[in-house]
Amino acid sequence: MNAFSESLSLAAGLVAHLDAKLSGIVLLSLRVSLTATALAALVGLPIGAAIAVGRFPGRHALTIVLNSMMGLPPVVVGLVVYLLLSRAGPLGTFGILFTPTAMIVAQTILITPIIAALSRQVVADAWSEYREQLTSLGATTPSAALTLILDTRFALATVLLAGFGRAIAEVGAVMIVGGNIDGVTRVMTTTIALETSKGDLPLALALGIVLIAIVLIVNAVAQYLREWARTRYG
Amino acid sequence: MADAMVASGLPIVCAGIGVGHNGARLLHGIELTVERGACTLILGANGSGKSTLLRVLHGLAAPSGGTIAWGGSAHRPAGQAMVFQRAVLLRRSAAANIRYALDLAGVRGSEADARIDDALTEVGLRALAARSARVLSGGEQQRLALARAWALRPEVLFLDEPTASLDPKASRAVEAIVRGIHARGTTIVMTTHNLAQAKRLATDVVFLQEGRLVEQSPADEFFNAPRTVEAAAFLEGERL
Repeated sequence: MNAFSESLSLAAGLVAHLDAKLSGIVLLSLRVSLTATALAALVGLPIGAAIAVGRFPGRHALTIVLNSMMGLPPVVVGLVVYLLLSRAGPLGTFGILFTPTAMIVAQTILITPIIAALSRQVVADAWSEYREQLTSLGATTPSAALTLILDTRFALATVLLAGFGRAIAEVGAVMIVGGNIDGVTRVMTTTIALETSKGDLPLALALGIVLIAIVLIVNAVAQYLREWARTRYG
Repeated sequence: MADAMVASGLPIVCAGIGVGHNGARLLHGIELTVERGACTLILGANGSGKSTLLRVLHGLAAPSGGTIAWGGSAHRPAGQAMVFQRAVLLRRSAAANIRYALDLAGVRGSEADARIDDALTEVGLRALAARSARVLSGGEQQRLALARAWALRPEVLFLDEPTASLDPKASRAVEAIVRGIHARGTTIVMTTHNLAQAKRLATDVVFLQEGRLVEQSPADEFFNAPRTVEAAAFLEGERL
């Protein structure tokens, strides 16, 4: 109990004094996960909207596959990306294995299905409400999809925050493709895993505190955004 | 009115229209003509097929049998607009909702600005132009939906029970706007089960029962001397 209290006290000190090592790890984590979320949004939102609004053969099967991929095991994604980016792999010539770029690739692959599947549901709900009106006004399918993305922007922002939450809390994939190299690819989750195994609990706990704070802030922002949008836009 | 360069979508002629859905027959052998300048009210009890017929006339629903022609063409024309029972508005300002519809119709720039201003003035919402559309009251939302439709200068305006969820005051406001749009030469096709409203607005009445067109008559004739037993019974039932 004393050891725990002492570690917690040291951890609080690291957070309070914005320890340089701690800050570096947090900033790298944010850079990797925010970039992955932005890339996943660029790919996932149009896919989700297209599946929601489009009518094409295999649409239902694609929806099932997409929903299933929401539960992709991070270590499997990490393994696949590792094989693709390793020297002998098809993308080995890029030389990005064990770099933050590889971690961004892995997290993007991990959360794109989440963003696509959740945005499909959001846009499909809106489409069932707007379909006749937009058709009456002469909207084409791509134009209707874009309109729905814009109109459900606040709900979709919550979807993106969910994707970001998943990315920043993920450990398996970034551990495999990043290599957890000190000062290069060490992010919050991988550092927590490493420092805990080494017995350096203060740093692990400090990062845990920051990670939980980030997740809490993300959820608070999502909640506030939903309520603000409901009041402001109906 | 629709631009003179756009081919007219009138008259609308239905020949033997049938509509089925999940094994149920919603409309049977509808023979109907909507003439230019009419204010046609489609009357009937709940479930009689009024809304389905309106959607077929607007081209939103495809008939499973028979043919429909707009001004002699089998393709749904431009120059139509529709207002639904519950206004469907985007999460943006009242003015932006109208601008969206105009943009889809290819009307932009100063012409769009003028039409937005005119349409909002017409429905008494000019002061609320910048207000978010979906936080307006139910009556205001329906008036905005009418403004959006009117801004398109439609040749034909379809209205699906536009006052069904409104209080009497808001209903009268919507009726006044519909009368104004009709007075400018727009052909109106509207569903309602409100006989008093039909009497106030209609020049022609189409009466449906269980998916069949029972009677189509000039409004005076329909209300004073219905030709069919079914229409007479419907009018009698409404009076009780």
